[in-house]
Amino acid sequence: MSALAIRVQGLSKRYRIGGAAPGPGHLREALMDILAAPFRRFGRPRAAADDFWALRDVSFDVQRGEVLGIIGRNGAGKSTALKIISRITPPTAGRVELYGRIGSLLEVGTGFHGDLTGRENIYLNGTILGMRKWEIDRKFDEIVAFAGVEAFIDTPVKRYSSGMYMRLAFAVAAHLDTEILLVDEVLAVGDLEFQRKCLGKMDEVARTGRTVLFVSHNMAVMRRLCGRGILLDRGRVVTSGTMDTVADLYVRPDPAGEAGARFDPRDRHGVGWAQVTDARIVDDQGGPAQGIPCDADLLIDLSIEVTDGMPAGTSLRGLVVELIICSDDGQPLLSLMNVDDTGVALPDARSCRVLVRLPGPTFVPGRYRINTFVGVPFLQHVDEVSGALTFEVGPPAAPWRPYELYTGRGFFCRKAEWTCLQPTAIALRWNETGA
Amino acid sequence: MSVMLGRDAGAGVPWVVIDPTSSRPLVEVRELWHYRDLLYFLTWRDISVRYKQTVLGFLWAILQPFLTMVVFAIFLGRLAGMPSDGVPYPVFSYLGLLPWTYFSGAVTRAGTSVVGNAHLLTRVYFPRVLVPLSATLSALVDFAIASLVLGGLMAWYGIVPARTAVLLLPLAALTALAATGIGMWLAALNVRYRDVQYAIPFLMQLWMFATPVVYPTSLVPAGWQPLFALNPMTGIIDAYRAAVLGTALDWPSLGISALSAAVLAALGAWQFHRMEQSFADQV
Repeated sequence: MSALAIRVQGLSKRYRIGGAAPGPGHLREALMDILAAPFRRFGRPRAAADDFWALRDVSFDVQRGEVLGIIGRNGAGKSTALKIISRITPPTAGRVELYGRIGSLLEVGTGFHGDLTGRENIYLNGTILGMRKWEIDRKFDEIVAFAGVEAFIDTPVKRYSSGMYMRLAFAVAAHLDTEILLVDEVLAVGDLEFQRKCLGKMDEVARTGRTVLFVSHNMAVMRRLCGRGILLDRGRVVTSGTMDTVADLYVRPDPAGEAGARFDPRDRHGVGWAQVTDARIVDDQGGPAQGIPCDADLLIDLSIEVTDGMPAGTSLRGLVVELIICSDDGQPLLSLMNVDDTGVALPDARSCRVLVRLPGPTFVPGRYRINTFVGVPFLQHVDEVSGALTFEVGPPAAPWRPYELYTGRGFFCRKAEWTCLQPTAIALRWNETGA
Repeated sequence: MSVMLGRDAGAGVPWVVIDPTSSRPLVEVRELWHYRDLLYFLTWRDISVRYKQTVLGFLWAILQPFLTMVVFAIFLGRLAGMPSDGVPYPVFSYLGLLPWTYFSGAVTRAGTSVVGNAHLLTRVYFPRVLVPLSATLSALVDFAIASLVLGGLMAWYGIVPARTAVLLLPLAALTALAATGIGMWLAALNVRYRDVQYAIPFLMQLWMFATPVVYPTSLVPAGWQPLFALNPMTGIIDAYRAAVLGTALDWPSLGISALSAAVLAALGAWQFHRMEQSFADQV
């Protein structure tokens, strides 16, 4: 009989979206609103339309010693699931049974206090994670050595470099030895060297027969560490199976393309007399494209219009258009402007379409976002749309490298020329076989 | 804990069951016992961080009640001629201000503790009650330091503490109980209504004048005194004075106050328990 470690049955979590009632119109209403606030819960129940189900009827079992990965896009419910299983927040319905002591690492360095020394923070953080003082006493030297902060152990951590801080934080977490461990993306910290060390530690944890529940966006790590995977989408389990099959399904671009690839103007700012009205990723024929290979050109089709109701004679001429391409978590990577010397001036017209071609190779396979910006230089912020377009970059069409390309190691898809200077002083390209 | 685990895990009984009904007991002794080291480190963190980067450090724990005493001694004791039951007014008022400063400091810290530790509550599970509890415990250190001044003050006026002064320990425990109960109540409310944190300083100020801190209970008409003792700090502060000075202890009044402290503590704990599950979602 294989022993059960976690049983999740019909787990659901509903969030009430705050401020359900329309916002207060003027001061008197605002004041009434504030005065009524303490009594509101005695009033009518809120409409079901304000409800948001972060998890809906999720069930799965985890056997003892199994390493299970939960994957899914932002907002799929991964973190909510971890929060319920780690008892931070209660479920709305369903049940979780835990067969063993559980430790959760939803963040490293929880409770670290800058004014306390490294030593003091190890004890504070360790007990917050559920360790006993004697457990920490026993592992103290190991933790300090793992973090490599021996010389600074009695220095307040606010004087640590960010790298040292993260290393110490992870070191404490890595020495939490509960039977069940929940881990959320904590590997995305520190320099490459330390990341490798962390991965090694997680490998070790997985091999010692402990049960681990893992959440990460990093498919390469997930494939390596997890035997089994679950794919969540909008709070429901889409599929479960071996990690490789689940990850393949996740990485494959969405055939319907409904999640991204369509212009999304919800987050728009600016005075707005001219606006970006559409943005699409297209192929060479101008048709919609999705999952463009990372070594191909990226084509963006952009429509810009003077807003209806503006006086006759208003035109787009002189406006500056900028596209900022960002990683999925919003980090700006690249700015493209129509006033770059390969750009084009906007015409003296009320609307126009421009095609922006970014020569490939472009970005490492993954999800990216485009923010659009239209302005009058130095004068006016005309239109800005954050997250106007989300798109996927797929794996390269031509051979690239014998390993998977993933965003954990950098975002730009470039190939360098490598030359051996020593011992042969003559530059040889590997594919020119000594010619 | 891990020893017990081996037995439980083998038996096929879940170690923990999580469901929405939350039929958890008010106090989970086993769990609290496991987390006792965390209570120690949270308390100790509050203490060691409190006066970091201050010039005066722990002197602040003395200055606050001492300077308040000086102000009251000048205005009420000297200028207004407030009666003080035959004791020098500075000693009389310091004996009231000492427990009062602890009480109000503990309630204030506990009341804002849950919101102040939001980053912990949303990231990791531990018994939530440890947060307000560590706040009231850490305030005890200030109380102990400020008590040293009492010794100096009594020596200055040549007053020898009575043997009943040992009663200070159970009285301090009673004060801590009342402060924890009220602090937990306010802490839970503060998660939902942040108005509470603005109301606490004001509430404490009003409460101080409803308590015989700077005036004697004998000023209150005798018929009103049982009602007056419903305020837990009334009986406690009167008992402080009586214990140190060796005067007659008003047992009925202390009894009423102790009972009221216990009821408030139970209500506070219950309110906290009712709301603690949703802290992470609301904070």
